[in-house]
Amino acid sequence: MKVHLSHPTRDVELQGPKRVADIFKELQLIPEAFLVIRGRDLMTEDEVVADGDSIEVRPVISGG
Amino acid sequence: MRCRKCPKQAVLGMPRHNTAFCGPCLTEFVRTQVQRAIKSQTMFAPEDRILIAVSGGKDSLTLWEILLKLGYRADALYVDLGIAGYSERSHEKVERFAHDVAESCGSKLIVHTVEDDAGAGIKELAHLVKRPTCSTCGTIKRYQFNRVAWENKYDVMATGHNLDDEAARLLGNVLQWQEEYLQKQSPTLPASVEGFSKKVKPLYRMTEREIAAYAVVNRIDYLVEECPMAKGAKMLVYKDALNRLEMESPGTKQRFYWGFLEKQKKAAAVSSNMTMTDMDQTTLLPCETCGQPTTAGTCSFCRMMARAKSPTR
Repeated sequence: MKVHLSHPTRDVELQGPKRVADIFKELQLIPEAFLVIRGRDLMTEDEVVADGDSIEVRPVISGG
Repeated sequence: MRCRKCPKQAVLGMPRHNTAFCGPCLTEFVRTQVQRAIKSQTMFAPEDRILIAVSGGKDSLTLWEILLKLGYRADALYVDLGIAGYSERSHEKVERFAHDVAESCGSKLIVHTVEDDAGAGIKELAHLVKRPTCSTCGTIKRYQFNRVAWENKYDVMATGHNLDDEAARLLGNVLQWQEEYLQKQSPTLPASVEGFSKKVKPLYRMTEREIAAYAVVNRIDYLVEECPMAKGAKMLVYKDALNRLEMESPGTKQRFYWGFLEKQKKAAAVSSNMTMTDMDQTTLLPCETCGQPTTAGTCSFCRMMARAKSPTR
């Protein structure tokens, strides 16, 4: 699967299928600080991302 | 994961409420929470004119959208900071939202450009006055927001500060024991003196993640990119620390900030100390240059502008 990340903007490849919760673990990200979006839809942590899918892991934290 | 209110697939789990919502139920939940914030903190009434500070980010555009959907009379102010690339992109998001969503509700966008006023963008200006960029930016935004609200007779100014912002700010103030700032951490600050507009934070009950989810569900096209000047900011460190605690113990952020508000309210009820309004009325006088309230003879904004325009600096 293709995973798009921000801050800095980059794409990484992960082996699928994988639950959203496991993607957070693999990327060492705190779920409270991100949303996972497939197409235009949000995904919950128990949903599975297929190997051929593209997702965006979008940070939600802002401000200086 | 299923929505707790209907049989649909959930789009967001909310561990702090031990619940999960589908898109429509999330939308209803968020709007209800904002309405509760407005009423419980006596922020404004349906007939009031509201000025929202917008940046193009998720919080301010979401606040604008929610207030319009709830039927409030809300306009917006965008301050163009002149940060190469970033300001153009954020300005474009705000203009697009104004055109696509706000105009049809009779709401307008006001734009203030820092460069028109100061002769330089924020980065250059901060360099000229030898101050950190974020502090220069804060002074300008607070000043212009208050000026525009006051001059245009808005009843109240609203910002998109959320639960994460307020909890992180509280953590910072407590860690540094900046007690004088604690009183200013209420979601509603009164128009304490002539020249100061009332300030409110209607999103203080919502986390950043919930607001971002609302924005995605409701197709609010916001700027995901972070301000390049905010890199390494202390607030981001505090937010990260609080999110780690939140993962271990859901509800930590709301217990911390809402608990503080409860204690503040109880203390005010039994204390004979001066209220913030009393203190402001004792310490603030009109700025000799612009007339906005200040503790000094000349306000920090006018001092900064004078310094920026001075040939000797």
